[in-house]
Amino acid sequence: MNKLLNVSSSPHARSNVLTQNLMLDVAIAMIPASVYGVYHFGLKALCVLLVTVAGCVLSEYVYESLMGLPITVMDGSALVTGMILGLNMPPEIPLWIPLLGGVFAIIVVKQLYGGLGQNFMNPALAGRCFLLISFAGHMSGSAFKLDGVSTATPLAVMKNGGSVDVAAMFVGKIPGTIGEVSVIALLIGAAYLLCKKVISIRIPAAYLLSFAVFVFLFGQHDPAFVLAHLCGGGLIFGAFFMATDYVTSPITPNGQIVFGILLGVLTGLFRLFGGAPEGVSYAIIISNLMVPLIEKVTLPVAFGKEGKKA
Amino acid sequence: MNKCMERLYNGIIKENPTFVLMLGMCPTLATTTTAVNGVGMGLTTTAVLIFSNLIISSLRKIIPDRVRIPAYIVIVASLVTIVQLFLKAYIPFLDKSLGIFIPLIVVNCIILGRAEAYAAKNGPLESAFDGIGMGLGFTLGLTCIAVFRELLGAGTVFGFTIIPEAYKIAIFGLAPGAFFVLAGLTALQNKLKMPSATNGSASGSVLACGGNCMNCTGSACMANHAQLETRRLQAQEDALAAKKADVAQTQAELSAKLDKKDN
Repeated sequence: MNKLLNVSSSPHARSNVLTQNLMLDVAIAMIPASVYGVYHFGLKALCVLLVTVAGCVLSEYVYESLMGLPITVMDGSALVTGMILGLNMPPEIPLWIPLLGGVFAIIVVKQLYGGLGQNFMNPALAGRCFLLISFAGHMSGSAFKLDGVSTATPLAVMKNGGSVDVAAMFVGKIPGTIGEVSVIALLIGAAYLLCKKVISIRIPAAYLLSFAVFVFLFGQHDPAFVLAHLCGGGLIFGAFFMATDYVTSPITPNGQIVFGILLGVLTGLFRLFGGAPEGVSYAIIISNLMVPLIEKVTLPVAFGKEGKKA
Repeated sequence: MNKCMERLYNGIIKENPTFVLMLGMCPTLATTTTAVNGVGMGLTTTAVLIFSNLIISSLRKIIPDRVRIPAYIVIVASLVTIVQLFLKAYIPFLDKSLGIFIPLIVVNCIILGRAEAYAAKNGPLESAFDGIGMGLGFTLGLTCIAVFRELLGAGTVFGFTIIPEAYKIAIFGLAPGAFFVLAGLTALQNKLKMPSATNGSASGSVLACGGNCMNCTGSACMANHAQLETRRLQAQEDALAAKKADVAQTQAELSAKLDKKDN
């Protein structure tokens, strides 16, 4: 066809960024944390990761085949959901529980609402919270075993007034879920995402800063305590990998900062005043529900309307 | 008598209060933790519903229109008190496990809804049968939800263990589980196109909403419907034109044959 005379509707300029590339970048960024988790907890952790990924990808494929929808397994979003969910599991868990979580995350939270881009909550986190409520015993406490001995996570120790070793938490020589233990491995992945411009720094920065301020004000006025809270639990993992999910975070720049602050305050509230030691998952899925409201009030002024008063 | 049977069918299947009318959601979500609770709540509501419909229908010409709601509430509240005293006397464990939800039957949407929508306009016998139908429909809905929730959340059905303790999914015993099961069963009911008021109009329409534009305010839907309508008319015209062309062709062929014969 003659290119000069070819008429088509907009958009005419397309970027080369595809969902597939973005999801692949996120998956690559989670590799350091996954590798450290497998090294730290052994092959059980690898099994859990494989089961969640397989559960997510297969349930997406099966659901879309049954419903006669286009198969979107190749865009990698189910892979990323599976990885996040797997990294959120304790290594000692019986394998059918992560599988159930993967199926729930994809079918109930993602596909029933219309698939990628339509889900109003982060599927992996909703899956984790589903498991957390359903199998409280398996998902915490005795499930955190290190060298065959079950021990409390640093956050649980701090909740009970004990002291923790921040250096060990930074490297990851602590009990916890597979992906959250090593802060340094998570930061390597986060740096990769920031360099590739897959995520912007706004949400994680606002999240971590507001959380630190909240803990400093309402917890103990002690930098070491704040640092231990920042390195403990799923905070770093949540701030860089889960709160920044494109579908369930605001797209407006100001909205992302508001979203981050809301996350920080909620996480601080849950951790300091809640019953459980950890609150990142609940903070993120509750804030996900606020995203449409946040976007509504932080809508930027349209080009050409600056300086005019309504 | 035919009318009475129609009322029963209407209440249990066609306008099932739980899955079709979506009325009385508060007790539906709160009391369906175990199958026994579900059946108990359903039958308690049924008892109140039958007598409230009967009494309100009998008094419908005496109750002044402007104070009808307070009057209904007084009647329903008296019946609920009686039923609660009976429960306390004869089935105390059910009274204990249902707790506040027994007094709350007074403000149950189904009871006030049926009083307002049916009993206030129809005779006592039909109204009583409407109460039985609606009550049994409610009981059926609650029991279905409760059986699934108890099975998944506690591994038992009516107290008999079916799934081992280690494999129960506790969330189904909590509030979110009630929503999951209700949504799942309602979706199933819609998917199977069971005969109900909401599925009735869907048979001929290609639209996902059922194509009942009289009850719809969405302008997008109206536009969509108009578009479909024009497309349908266009297709009809095309078919007609094609038929005409076909007929013309056969006629031409026939006349050609006739010409040949004549020659």
